[in-house]
Amino acid sequence: MGIFPFLVVAWVVAVGLYGIVTSRDLIHQIVCLIVVQSSTYVLLLGVGYVTGGVAPYFFDIPAHTRAVDPVVQALALTDVVVEAAVTALLLSFAVQAHKRFGTLDPHELAEFKG
Amino acid sequence: MTPVAAATPYPVPNALMATLQVTLLVLVAAGAFVVVRTRDRVRLVMTLSAYGVLLAVLFFAFQAPDVTLSELTVGAVALPIAALLAIAKVRKREE
Amino acid sequence: MTPRQRIAAFGVAIAGLVTCYLWAFAGLPGFGRYPGPYGPVILRNAVAQTNATGVVSAINFDYRGFDTVGEEFILFTAAAGMAVVLRLLRGEGERSPVDEAAGRRVPPTSGAVRMPALLLIGPTILIGWWLSSHAQTDPSGGFQGGVVLATAFILVYLSGEFIAFRRISPVDLLDAVEAIGAGGFAAIGVTAVALGFPYLYNFLPLGHTPGAVSSSGTIALISFFVGLEVGAAFILIVGELLEQTLIVRSR
Repeated sequence: MGIFPFLVVAWVVAVGLYGIVTSRDLIHQIVCLIVVQSSTYVLLLGVGYVTGGVAPYFFDIPAHTRAVDPVVQALALTDVVVEAAVTALLLSFAVQAHKRFGTLDPHELAEFKG
Repeated sequence: MTPVAAATPYPVPNALMATLQVTLLVLVAAGAFVVVRTRDRVRLVMTLSAYGVLLAVLFFAFQAPDVTLSELTVGAVALPIAALLAIAKVRKREE
Repeated sequence: MTPRQRIAAFGVAIAGLVTCYLWAFAGLPGFGRYPGPYGPVILRNAVAQTNATGVVSAINFDYRGFDTVGEEFILFTAAAGMAVVLRLLRGEGERSPVDEAAGRRVPPTSGAVRMPALLLIGPTILIGWWLSSHAQTDPSGGFQGGVVLATAFILVYLSGEFIAFRRISPVDLLDAVEAIGAGGFAAIGVTAVALGFPYLYNFLPLGHTPGAVSSSGTIALISFFVGLEVGAAFILIVGELLEQTLIVRSR
């Protein structure tokens, strides 16, 4: 259990990158990018976990109970929402590319130069 | 600070929580593989939505309830809706 | 490069990357044994210093408020960028979806979708509002509350037609609300500077009870503005994509 979450993080990065490299569809590539980004959230929360700690909210428990690290949770929280907006921007790029070139295949899109 | 003998503030023993976390991590690893190997577009969006819910439950087991809230609303609702609309627009032109 | 060569090159690269990752992770102190000084210091002092029982929101809007300003402006720029990318190109026009469907038989939305969507609009708005205004007590905050508020408006589209969605959320009003949200956050920081403190210093009175709705100074106010901005940004994003799919046509 000491290193298992980090192994899962490395696996998800490898699988996501494999999906991006071997993809024939721009929308499939964008979804694989979402998968790669989700691995960073698992990494952040895994680094800050304390065994036997509660969530860092002291509304109904005494203020010095052992809790997990709140800083990485703050980072992951804003990260999740902002990633959604950037992914929506990427999807709109894909829609306009399809209008202009008629295809969503990255291998064919790469041949249009200039 | 030995993990085994630590007194937990909640009534779940450490070993049970560790088992839950390991199970969810294995499911997330399998879910990532399934999402990447799906080729049909609409099925891809459905698997992405299920993967988002699975991630949210994993974050809950990591004692992070607000990241759970964000991931649920974003990964299971907002992103699949945006992806479905893009797919519908692209399919309309391909007909 | 043939696909086989591409996959072979990728295999070499990903083996190197994963080896570097595992080498780096082996240097970490292990899962569950977080030693670092930053987390425990904040946990010890946050409730006493800011009167907020939600330590994560205190970090987001007070201790590391500067990072949150940056993230919020990323969101703002992404919504503005989508409006620019999905503009009407030369050779396109807007046509109402009713004309499109005149010659085809369009299946109506089923009752099983419309009824729950209609019934859930009110509770969703209430939950989104509650989440945005309780950042300092519970696991809530502007970001989650804003997205839940945006989901309520998407439910309006699900339970009816696009025209109902557009009538409830006109683009001009959404632009104004988003600007008020983003500008309000920056304005609170600048007000702190005008009063002689550093940027984004918590200058409002902290209240008596830790965790009350009116306690913790600027944290509650900033969270409310962030909720407005995130909600407006997500409604704008989904509205842009809906317009592209349903209304914009090439002439």
